[in-house]
Amino acid sequence: MTTGVRTSYREAIRSALREALQRDPRVFVMGEDVGRYGGCYAVTKGLLEEFGPERVRDTPLSESTFVGAGIGAAMNGMRPIVEIMTCNFSLLALDQIMNNAATVSHMSGGQFSVPLVIRMATGAGRQVAAQHSHSLEGWFAHVPGLKVVTPATLEDARGMLWTALEDPNPVLIFEHALLYNAEGELPADAGPVDIDTARVRREGRDVSIVTYGGSLPKALAAAEELAQAGVQAEVVDLRTLRPLDTGTIVASVTKTHRAVIVDEGWRSGSISAEVTARLVEHCFYELDAPVRRVCSAEVPTPYAKHMEDAALPQVADIVAATQDAVSTVA
Amino acid sequence: MPRHTEDHRLHLLREMLRIRRFEEKSAELYSAGKIRGFLHLYIGEEAVAAGVMQSLAPDDTVVATYREHGHAIARGVGMGPLMAEMYGKAEGASRGRGGSMHIFDAATRFVGGNAIVGGGLPLAVGYALADRLRGDARVTCCFFGEGAVAEGEFHESMNLAALWGLPVLFCCENNLYAMGTALQRSESETDLALKASAYGMPAWHVDGMDVEAVEAAAQRAVTTVRGGPGPVFLEMRTYRFRPHSMYDPELYRPKEEVAAWKERDPISTVQATLREQGALDNVALEKLEDEVAREVEAAVAFAEAATLESLDDLARFVYAEGAAE
Repeated sequence: MTTGVRTSYREAIRSALREALQRDPRVFVMGEDVGRYGGCYAVTKGLLEEFGPERVRDTPLSESTFVGAGIGAAMNGMRPIVEIMTCNFSLLALDQIMNNAATVSHMSGGQFSVPLVIRMATGAGRQVAAQHSHSLEGWFAHVPGLKVVTPATLEDARGMLWTALEDPNPVLIFEHALLYNAEGELPADAGPVDIDTARVRREGRDVSIVTYGGSLPKALAAAEELAQAGVQAEVVDLRTLRPLDTGTIVASVTKTHRAVIVDEGWRSGSISAEVTARLVEHCFYELDAPVRRVCSAEVPTPYAKHMEDAALPQVADIVAATQDAVSTVA
Repeated sequence: MPRHTEDHRLHLLREMLRIRRFEEKSAELYSAGKIRGFLHLYIGEEAVAAGVMQSLAPDDTVVATYREHGHAIARGVGMGPLMAEMYGKAEGASRGRGGSMHIFDAATRFVGGNAIVGGGLPLAVGYALADRLRGDARVTCCFFGEGAVAEGEFHESMNLAALWGLPVLFCCENNLYAMGTALQRSESETDLALKASAYGMPAWHVDGMDVEAVEAAAQRAVTTVRGGPGPVFLEMRTYRFRPHSMYDPELYRPKEEVAAWKERDPISTVQATLREQGALDNVALEKLEDEVAREVEAAVAFAEAATLESLDDLARFVYAEGAAE
């Protein structure tokens, strides 16, 4: 067993933020209600008291401008960490993220770079309906010039931020809102982790379940259930959606010959579609069964619990899709 | 205070001529197919860039628009790299990746070249925030057209810069038309300085066809911004003599209006002043024109001789090279 400190996903991110503020005077945190309120999800609680209002900055409800100001400050030598309350609100800042953060390095012939970190909550499951529940990380992963990471574990919640800050490019961190309360043990000396590889979270020989973010715990629960039924599922955590670690995914499927992709985004034009395409491109002849996908229903996330549950990938859906994949005879 | 000596007036004339002749050549080269894409000419508005740049220090930052050749030239970006960029060459200011609308130059702290109307304002706020946090005494000068005033980013940026007391000089170039849409057809309140002052910052309008008036206003504004805290807004009332871009048939404004504004050509005006003072005669003007023409010709020669980026480098700079500093 890991010897470490009992902590939560939320506290892991907070300690990463605190460490960043302590280590680098260029780092500052900015966003809606990150200061006095302590953060919509209480991630930044206590940081204002510790670091003061210059470095923990409450902003007006002006997503486009505080994200754009983060870009400008990053280009001008600072290391801003911008928090967008939920990824739905990031749409108000899309101009700055797409047209500036993602383009400046290339469009300036490499003269300028944007070492900016943007954190945002993503995902559904709290009955907050269609304007607070979506998973848009797959959209952002479409855009060259951005890096998109989706920490699903305490270790990644703690370690991805520092690596993102050291990256000279804009890095978007998508934190699944249902993970904030997830608890576990984290080594006291937990440090930076890479942000460009996928990771096998559970070994298995029969089928690969490829997932990320808030769906990882569901995939692991499904794998546990499948194990009782004699199916050994391997679970691959993508961790980073751009750049996508094709090698790790292909290596897993080359071993198991079957793949189920679990993605809380909508199926059409999603990251699950991209992973499927990579498998087809790189290991088509290794596949013994069609690729299965478990995605959100193609509806704006509904409020009522039974409808919301039905709209999202659930453990039972993953189990069913995986059993379907392994029962297909090549 | 502005240096309204004859020498300084001649300097202002030279700066405006450099912009005008460069752009006239650009239009010619566009017709010849050497330059493609969009080409937005600044002709008629030269007094704004030439006047404002006098007030900025080398360490200050400039954020400009897609109609930015004038800002780049007046800021000191070399005409050669500027022209080579429009030729799409590797020796261009942005290595051929930006074109006319996206001129960048780190050496002169020239941060684009922004072709999303209003999109440069949040960047300027961020530049100024970084300077403020570090205690640097820089000013960030942000140019934008009156069309940007209709964008949400304008209002967000004015508010944030004023709220946080940031050292931004907002230079609104009011040339009366957002592409083809006249100001009075898009704004319920057409007094732009009045709008800006609602955010609690000093704001006033300036005759943008008078280079000395522009310079005087910019000097005062920059002094105020540097003294801090907080931004200043200047509305430069100006006019573009040419169409919006090379594709524009100009159906939206009467020829008489264009002709009336051309009577107020900022270059003719300052020439007339200098002639009245006896500081400029035909010989001196010819010499000046000749020097400018040679600079433009050298830029064209530079662009012609420049090379095309290797396609092996197509994806270069999508991500920054090397680790962050």
